Formats: sequence, structure tokens, C-alpha cells
Amino acid sequence: MRLAAINPLAGDEGLAAGMTLADARAMVPELQIYNSDPAADEDFLDRLADGCTRYTPNVAVYPPDIIIMDIGGSAHLSGGERKLSRSVKEYLGRRQITVRIGLASTTDAARALAEFSSGHHNSEMCAIEALPVAALRLDAEGDLGLRRAGLQTIGEVASRPRSAIAARFGTRAVFALEKLIGAAESPLNPRRHEIPWVFERRFPEPIASKVYALKVLHGLLEEAKIRLIEEDRGGRHFEASFHRVDGRVQYVQVETGLPSRDTKAITRLFDERLDTLADPLDPGFGFDSVGLRILRTDPLKPHQSQLEKEAREEDNSAEFLDRLAVRLGRNRLLTFRSRDTHIPEKSQVASAAIHDTTQHNWTAATQAEPPVRPLQLFDPPHPITVIAEIPDGPPKRFRWHGKSRDVTRFEGPERIASEWWLGGDDPLGAGQWTRDYFRIEDTSGRRYWVFRYGLYGRETSDPQWYLHGLFA
Amino acid sequence: MRDSIQSLSAIRERIAGDWQSGKAAAWDMALSGHAALDSYLDGGLRRGQLHEIFASSADDNGSAAGFAAMLALCATQPRKRTLWLRTLDAPRQGGRFNSAGLAELGGDPAAFLMAVAPDDTVLLRSAADALRCTGFGSVIIECWGSPAILDLTASRRLTLAAGQAGVTAFMLRLGAREQPSTADTRWSVQSAPSTPLEANAPGHPVLDVTLLRQRSGPAGKSWRMEWNRDQRRFQDPARNAANGNDHSAAPLSGAVVSIPAGKPVTHSWGFKRRA
Repeated sequence: MRLAAINPLAGDEGLAAGMTLADARAMVPELQIYNSDPAADEDFLDRLADGCTRYTPNVAVYPPDIIIMDIGGSAHLSGGERKLSRSVKEYLGRRQITVRIGLASTTDAARALAEFSSGHHNSEMCAIEALPVAALRLDAEGDLGLRRAGLQTIGEVASRPRSAIAARFGTRAVFALEKLIGAAESPLNPRRHEIPWVFERRFPEPIASKVYALKVLHGLLEEAKIRLIEEDRGGRHFEASFHRVDGRVQYVQVETGLPSRDTKAITRLFDERLDTLADPLDPGFGFDSVGLRILRTDPLKPHQSQLEKEAREEDNSAEFLDRLAVRLGRNRLLTFRSRDTHIPEKSQVASAAIHDTTQHNWTAATQAEPPVRPLQLFDPPHPITVIAEIPDGPPKRFRWHGKSRDVTRFEGPERIASEWWLGGDDPLGAGQWTRDYFRIEDTSGRRYWVFRYGLYGRETSDPQWYLHGLFA
Repeated sequence: MRDSIQSLSAIRERIAGDWQSGKAAAWDMALSGHAALDSYLDGGLRRGQLHEIFASSADDNGSAAGFAAMLALCATQPRKRTLWLRTLDAPRQGGRFNSAGLAELGGDPAAFLMAVAPDDTVLLRSAADALRCTGFGSVIIECWGSPAILDLTASRRLTLAAGQAGVTAFMLRLGAREQPSTADTRWSVQSAPSTPLEANAPGHPVLDVTLLRQRSGPAGKSWRMEWNRDQRRFQDPARNAANGNDHSAAPLSGAVVSIPAGKPVTHSWGFKRRA
């Protein structure tokens, strides 16, 4: 076992990360150790990055310990780069986190400066040129090779012809160098894409009242409404974020079926959502800002209201469906779409009503025929024991729920073959069996939908029977 | 312009007056189509009311659900939607909802919504909210067993909510015993032998329904009714039997092609009946 990380106190005792535990114990017998948990570290870094969205929406995370913020265009909001770095240091320093900040115009340079830079330099280029060659992040051999060649700093490497470097250390070294000095692109991969519909309120003092936070959210919605009206749009998907002083952020999302800018209705949706949260909104030591983002907007033209009563009535049901979807969960309020397949239990697709507002066409039933599909299907089908006159004939008597039933009428078989063309590795569909469906009626007048699984003699010698549904 | 606005508002006032005085009561009745039943109910099933449907035994759950769907089809006005509310464990007991089956009963799955509530409390709360919503024609509440929360207060709440927007509520009580409620009507449903089609095939759904209770009238009568899918209404099974015996109306039987093994017989849901 080795030390993964140490605190400053251990550093003072002469320990270093990467040392074996036995050596470290020998040097400092009273050493306290904890198992390293990279997943938890990553979570923590994520949480810090969430908190850093207060400086800029473009934040990228490079585990284990790097957060990159794109402050282009947002530094002036904090009063310039210098003030912003001080603010970041303070913000993270409050949590006993050691922060090294690198400011540069490319991500690679910023990372390298944060990691290797020492002392003060006049310009960014000077600082980069003064970096040791280790900042190129080559493997140990390449690193050693560069130093053996007498090249100690990036500046010295950069002054050599690229072809010579490529010949000796590979194109990777050239590429790393170009990225470092800004000659090649090194794009940032932000955690969230920038979204223009962002509203935020920061508080001079943390607020510990949930009620007040919700009032602020309502205010933000009103603010958003003005912009939505200006652009003739309505929101479909809203996200509120409650930033706590300890860096934790809680997100609450609601969706609406129709584009909406009715702030009261949306506030009600948020209330409903907050009531059903498994992890309730907890102010802890207080929120220091509340944010609102609209993740999806749709065109919404202003409409004349109240002339026709019916228009208002429609809205009433849309709003109810939104509330119901929030209360039950969006996947528990369903509409149905037909699917092109013969397999009965696969012939429909249930989709969230809030997501899928289009109307679907269904094949109308054949005129004057009795229903050939039941209203509800057992899932899975109930196995039944059947007595039939011949193995591939209709059922004569069957037993279900512990009761024997005599069949008086039947219709069938309606043969539904397996979808062998979907089984990729089995082109003949040998492993999938055909179902023979029968509509049957027993002596007491109950109608059942049963099927025999497998063709007798060809697919199986002992086909099983199942009850798939009850007809009205 | 001003004149037309005035006459428009006059008409509107008159209509509103009619609504309040109950003159438009005929609009508020959903006809089942079965003449004897409709006249017994004094004009049909009342819209904007709560109706309870019980299965007469566990084997009739499918029929009771079907009856609820059929009544909802009768009661739902055109261009309005139907909401079916059930709990999470309902599919395990009664089966998964099959929209092809709804189409087979004459309903339009596109105008149909299914909501699944985690428990009975949320079920009833959502039902009361849904009934206040004018976008729905009818709401079917599938409730298994006799939960303690479904008491007289809860059913009163549903009745009030239904009356507010004129949405008809059908409470489907499966595996339940009768208990006091404010429902307008209470039904017990049992399947009955159908009128056979050619080749002794089971025919259209036939149900024995009993009116167990009616709030504003007599009760205790039973009817045997057949569901006519094409006209979306009930009818006497006897009349259909006469049609069935009328051989001139039946299509001529022709040569029937034997079924190729390993191939589906049907292309649509209608398929050739083997005589």
C-alpha cells in the first residue's frame, strides 16, 4: 500500500505521496491513515465545480484535482481576473482546500501554470517559457531525454526547430508544446452547455428560510416571464438551483406539457415537486444564491383570452396534467402509440404524456366483428392446464385460479409467429416459438384469450397453454 | 357591431340561465342505448356524477373493467379525453392496459390517458383534481380492495368535484365489498353467454348488469345487455340473435385456405373465421 495523498502536517514530517505505507509508518509511527476513495473525491470535485458556476457557466472538470473555468467574458463581473482569482481562493479556502490558480489563454497553459509555475512573471508568455519541461507531460523517458539534451524550460524547447523535436521525441511532444504555447487549439469540454435562459439572484447574506427562497424563485420566474413575452416564447422545462454556502447545490426541475409563462402555475409545479422530493430542500447554513434556468422553450404567441370560454377550459386540463406528471412522475402519466408488430404485448408503446403531445392514429377495429383483443393483458401470461381433444386442437376444458372451466365456444387459432427476423444470431428463429391464440367462452359466459405456446410436433412435443387476457 | 355584441351576450346569458335552472338537463344525461335501462334510469346515466361499478366475482374483473370502459365511451363527449387512474399494483392483479383492446371496444386510444399512482391516497387525490378539469369527458378510477381512506368523505369529495366541471366519474371497485358512498348509481357486473356467431364462435360482449343502488330512484333490477362496438352503445342481445339466425344476411362461406405453418394468419386484427 502506498500513500495517495498527504496533508501539510505530514509533509512537514518528511512524508510524500507515493511512499509505501511501511516506510511512512517507520518514519512517523503515530501516522493516521484513511483509505483513499477516488469516487468520493470525484463527487467532491463535481460539487465544487457546481459551486464554481457562480463565476462562469463554462466549467470543466479534470479528475482527480483540476477544475477549469472559462472566464472569458465573465471576469469583469467579479472585477477583473485578479479579483476573481482572489475570490476563488477565498471561496475554496474557506473549506480548507489548497488552491493553486493558473491564469492563461489556453486550457493546457492554465493547467501547466497552476501546477508548475513559481514566482512572478511579466507576461503570460514569459511565465510559460519559464516552466520546466515536465509541464509537457511526456513520459519519463522523454522527460529525461529533454533534460539530457540540456533543455530545462519550455522556452528553450520552443526555440528549437520543431522537426528536430519531432524526430527525437515524437510528434506527441511537438503537439503538447504547440498546445502549451497556444499555437494549437486545446478546446475546453464544459460540463454544461451554455444556456441563455439563466436568471440568478445572489444574497449579500446567506438566507436560511426556505419560504423566502421560494419567493425569490417566484421573482425570478416573473423576471423570466418578461423576457419570454418579449421573445414570444413559453418555457417547457424549468430548473431551479439553490446554492448553499457550503458549495452544495440542489436542483429541482419541472416540465410542462404546453409552453407556459404562467408564473403562478409554474410556482405551483415547483411547490408540488418540492413536496414529493425524497431529499427535501435543506437550507443548511443558508442559501447564498438562487438560480433559475429554462432548459427548453417553445414558441408561444400571445392569445386573446376570455372571449371564448372553451379556450380557457383547454388550458385548465393542460395545467392539471402538468401537475399530475410532477406528482406521479413523468413516466407514470402515459399516452399510447401503436407499433407495427403482431406480438400482442409489444403492439403498443407507452410514452410520457407530457413529452408526447402529438396525436396518434390507431387502426379502427373491423366492423361487426366482436372484440378480438382484450382490454387488459396479463403480464406475464398466466399458465393454465388445458385438456384438448387433439394436441394441436382448441381447448376443451381448462383450469385457472384453481377452478375447472368447460369451453362451450371457441374461435381460432389465430396464429402469431415469433419475430424471427429480429433475433440476430438465430436467422431461423429456432429458439422462438409460435403462438396459437383462441378466443373461448366457458359455460358461465366468461370470455378468455388463451394461447398455446409452440407448434405441436414441430417446435415442441408438449406445448404449454397460457391465459393472456379476459374479454369483457 | 355593438348590436351583435349585445345579442351575443344576451344569448350567452340565456344559455347560462338554462344551465343553472337545469333546463338543459337532457344534455347532462349519457344514453347507454339500452331502452329499458335508460327509461328505468329516467333518461340515462347522469353526467357529472360518481358511478360505482363492482365485479360480481373475482372472475368478472375483466368484464367490470370492460363495462367501465364502455360506460365511459357512452359518457365522454366528442373531442374530450378519458383518464384512467390506477395504482402501481393494479397491473399485477388485473393485467397491463392494452390500447388495442380499447380500440376493439370502440374507443380511441389517442384520446386516452393512463395515470399510475403510487398508492390509494394519491389515487383519490389525483382523481378529485382530474374531475375538476373540463378537458376530460370521463375519469375511470380503478380501486382494488376496500382501502380505509375511501370513506364517505372521500366519495363525497369526488362527487362534488365531478359536479363542478361536469366530468363523469366511474369508480371501478375490484375485489371490494359494498360500503356506503355518495355515488349516484352502483352497478354489479357479471359476464353472460354471448350470442354465438358462425362456427360457434364467441360473439359480442354480453353482460348481466344489476343496478344495486340509485340515489334518486328505484334499484335492484337486472338487465342483460350486449355492447355494440360500431355504434358505441348497448342493445338487447335478443335482437342480435334474430339477426344471427337470419342466414340471408350472413356472408357466404367460401373455400378457406389452410393456414401455412410458421406464418401469422392475420394482417389486421380481423381474420377469417373458419366455418
